[in-house]
Amino acid sequence: MKKPEDTRVVVGMSGGVDSSVAAYLLKQQGYDVIGVFMKNWDDTDEFGVCTATEDYEDVIRVCNQIGIPYYAVNFEKEYWDKVFTYFLDEYKAGRTPNPDVMCNKEIKFKAFLEHALKLGADYLATGHYAQVKIIDGEYKMLRGKDVNKDQTYFLNQLSQEQISKVMFPIGHMDKKRVREIAKEAGLATATKKDSTGICFIGERNFKEFLSKYLPAQPGRMETLTGEIKGFHEGLMYYTIGQRHGLGIGGSGDPWFVVGKDLERNVLLVGQGYDNDALYSDAIIATNVSWVSDKEKPAQFSCTAKFRYRQPDHGVTVTLLGNNTARVEFDEPIRAVTPGQAVVFYNGEECLGGGTIDQIFKDNERLKYVG
Amino acid sequence: MERYYVDHAATSPLHPDVIEVMTETMKNTFGNPSSIHSFGREARKIIDEARGSIADSIHADFQEIVFTSGGTEADNLALMGVAFANRGRGKHIITSQIEHHAVLHTCEALEKQGFEVTYLPVDSQGFVSVQDVKAALRDDTILVSIMFANNEVGTVQPIKAIGDLLAGHPAYFHTDAVQAYGLLPIDVREMGIDLLSVSAHKLNGPKGIGFLYAKTGVRFIPALYGGEQERKRRAGTENVPAIAGFKKAVDISQAELGEKTAFYEQLRTSFLETLQTSGIDFKINGAEENRLPHIVNISFPGTNVEQMLVNLDLEGIAASSGSACTAGSLEPSHVLSAMYGHQADELTNSIRFSFGYGITLGQTITIAEKTVKVVKRLTGK
Repeated sequence: MKKPEDTRVVVGMSGGVDSSVAAYLLKQQGYDVIGVFMKNWDDTDEFGVCTATEDYEDVIRVCNQIGIPYYAVNFEKEYWDKVFTYFLDEYKAGRTPNPDVMCNKEIKFKAFLEHALKLGADYLATGHYAQVKIIDGEYKMLRGKDVNKDQTYFLNQLSQEQISKVMFPIGHMDKKRVREIAKEAGLATATKKDSTGICFIGERNFKEFLSKYLPAQPGRMETLTGEIKGFHEGLMYYTIGQRHGLGIGGSGDPWFVVGKDLERNVLLVGQGYDNDALYSDAIIATNVSWVSDKEKPAQFSCTAKFRYRQPDHGVTVTLLGNNTARVEFDEPIRAVTPGQAVVFYNGEECLGGGTIDQIFKDNERLKYVG
Repeated sequence: MERYYVDHAATSPLHPDVIEVMTETMKNTFGNPSSIHSFGREARKIIDEARGSIADSIHADFQEIVFTSGGTEADNLALMGVAFANRGRGKHIITSQIEHHAVLHTCEALEKQGFEVTYLPVDSQGFVSVQDVKAALRDDTILVSIMFANNEVGTVQPIKAIGDLLAGHPAYFHTDAVQAYGLLPIDVREMGIDLLSVSAHKLNGPKGIGFLYAKTGVRFIPALYGGEQERKRRAGTENVPAIAGFKKAVDISQAELGEKTAFYEQLRTSFLETLQTSGIDFKINGAEENRLPHIVNISFPGTNVEQMLVNLDLEGIAASSGSACTAGSLEPSHVLSAMYGHQADELTNSIRFSFGYGITLGQTITIAEKTVKVVKRLTGK
C-alpha cells in the first residue's frame, strides 16, 4: 500500500454535502486529493440559469475551503448516448427505467473513472453510502452503514475491477454525522438541501419533461375485466403500483395501476392497495452482473431488493446463462416493476444485480406487467 | 512545486512599475477627478496624462478615448451604443464567427432587439476574407466589427483592408484589439478604424480598466447614465489608480513593442523545436504568418483537452484551451469550430500556450518538456 500522501484520489464532487465531506475526510487523512465535477446535463433556462453552474460554484467554494485543486469534466455526450437514450427507450417500451443505475455503471464508474486514472489517480472516491472491504483477498461491496441512505441498490452493476479502484469515504457513517462534520469544518454545503429525483429532471415536473422527448398517447383506463374507468395521458407517465394521478373517484378502495397493455394503449387499474394483480412471485432478470469474479453456484438463496429502500426479501436465484437469471420469491411481492433493478444481498454484502425483465405469478407470465 | 504561467492571453501579471505607480496613486491621490479643488485637480491630471499617452499609442486624438471597466465593456459600448444610436439608418451588423464572446454575445442580444447580424466565416487558417465583408455589406449596414487579432489562435485580421473597404460606406468600423494592442503597432487613422476596444490586464496593467476609442463624430449612446465623466459617454467616478497603472503599462508596452515581439518569437520557436525533437505528434492551429508573436495553439492528436489541461496544471503549467467554460467544463472552441467545422478532432485536443512578461527561454523549454511528458503519458507512448 502506498502512503496516503503518495496516493492520488480524485473525488467526484457534485456540489452536495456528501461528496464535500468525502473530499474533506480524505484530505484530513493526508491523501493527494483532487476534486472533479462532472457535467452530464445542460438544463440552462431562458435566463441563463443552469443547475450545473450553481452546483459547480459550490464545488469551487468547498474545494477552496478544503485546500484542494478542482476541475470539471464534461460527459454530456456520453450521458446522452449511454444513459438518456436508454432512459427514453425503456419508457417507449412501457417500462420504468433506473437512470441512476445506468449512470453509475456507464458514466461515474466507467468514463469518469477512466478520466480520473488519466489524471494520475490511484483511486476514485465518491460520496455514496456504500462500503468497500477486502475480504478473503477479494473486494466486497457492503451496504452503507446508514440503512436509510444505503446506495448499493444503485451501485449493483459495479464489477470487481471497478470497486478495486473506488473509495466511499462516508459509507461507514450516518447522514447525520456527515452533516455534523460539514458543519464543524464550516463547509459551504453543510446545510445544502439533498437533491431529489432523477438528476437531469431535478425538481421539475416529470410529465412536462418527458413530453418534450416522447410523444404522449392518451388512451383508456380499464379494469382487468375490461370495464372502462377513465382515460390516461400516456402510458409512460404511470408505473406499476402507482395510486396518485389516476383521477378515478367513487366509493370503495382507492385505485392503483396494475398493468399496461401496450398493444391497445390501455392502462390497467385495480382496486385496493393489496390488489392481487399487483403481486408476483418470480421474475426473469437480464443484464445480471456480480461484484465477485468467482464462479457462482447454479442456484442459491439470498435476499433481494426490487426497488430502492424496499426491505430485503428472501429469494432463490437460478442462473440461466447469458447474464440472465430466474429469481423466485419466498413470498409474493407487491408492485415489482419491469425496468427497475433487482439487487442481491448476502447479509451486509451486495452481491450484484440485474434488470427486472419478465414477471411471473404461479408460473404464468404477467403480460401486462412485464 | 515550481509553477509556469503560459496563459498570458487570458490575463497577465502586473509589471512591477505598474504596481509602484498604482500604489503611489492610491497613497497620494484619492481625490475625485470631477471636484474643483486641488485634490480633484491632482486626480484629473493623472487621467488626462493617461488619456494623452493612450491616444498617442494608436494615433488618435485625446478626446477620442473613453475609459471603461475593461474590454468587455468597451465592446458592449461600441456595439450596443452604435446600434441603438444609428437604428434610424439601418439594422444590419457584420461581424465574424471568431470574435470574442464580448462581441458575439452582444450581437446575439442585439438580434433579440431586432437587429440583423451576419457572422462571417473564416478559412481554415483563421482569417476573415475582405471579399466576404464586401459581399455582406448592405445599404442598411450600420456597423462592421472584426477583431484585430484572434485571442485563441493569434491570427491578425486584414484590418487595414477592411478599413479601406469601408471608407466608401457609411457603416462604422469597430475592432476588438484586446489581444493585439501592446504587441502590434496600431494606427486608427491609417487603418480606417472608427471604434477600437482595449483592456489593460492583457498588457501587464490592472484588471478593471480599459478603453474604447471612438473617432470624433461617431454616434453612439452611453450604456451608463449619471455624472458627466468621459464627456457623458461613460458616467461614474473614474478608477484613478487603475488608470494611472494603465498608463504605465501602455508606456512600457509601446516602448518595448519590437523587442517583445522578437523575444516571444524566439520563445515560440524554441518551444515548438522542443516538441518537434521529442517526436510527439502535434499540429499548429492557425496560420504561421500574420499572427501574434506570443500565442501558439497546438493540437495534440490522441489527447483530450480536459485531461491535458488538468495534467499540465498538476505539473505546474498554466495553459488554457482558449475557449469558454460552462460549469467549469470546456465548451468546444467556437474559433476552432469556425476554422475546421463542428466535428473536427482539433476541437477536443487543442491547447493554447501564450507567452508574456517574466518568462525565460529556459522556462519555455522546461514547459515544452513537461508538455511532451504529459502528451506521451496520455497517448500511451
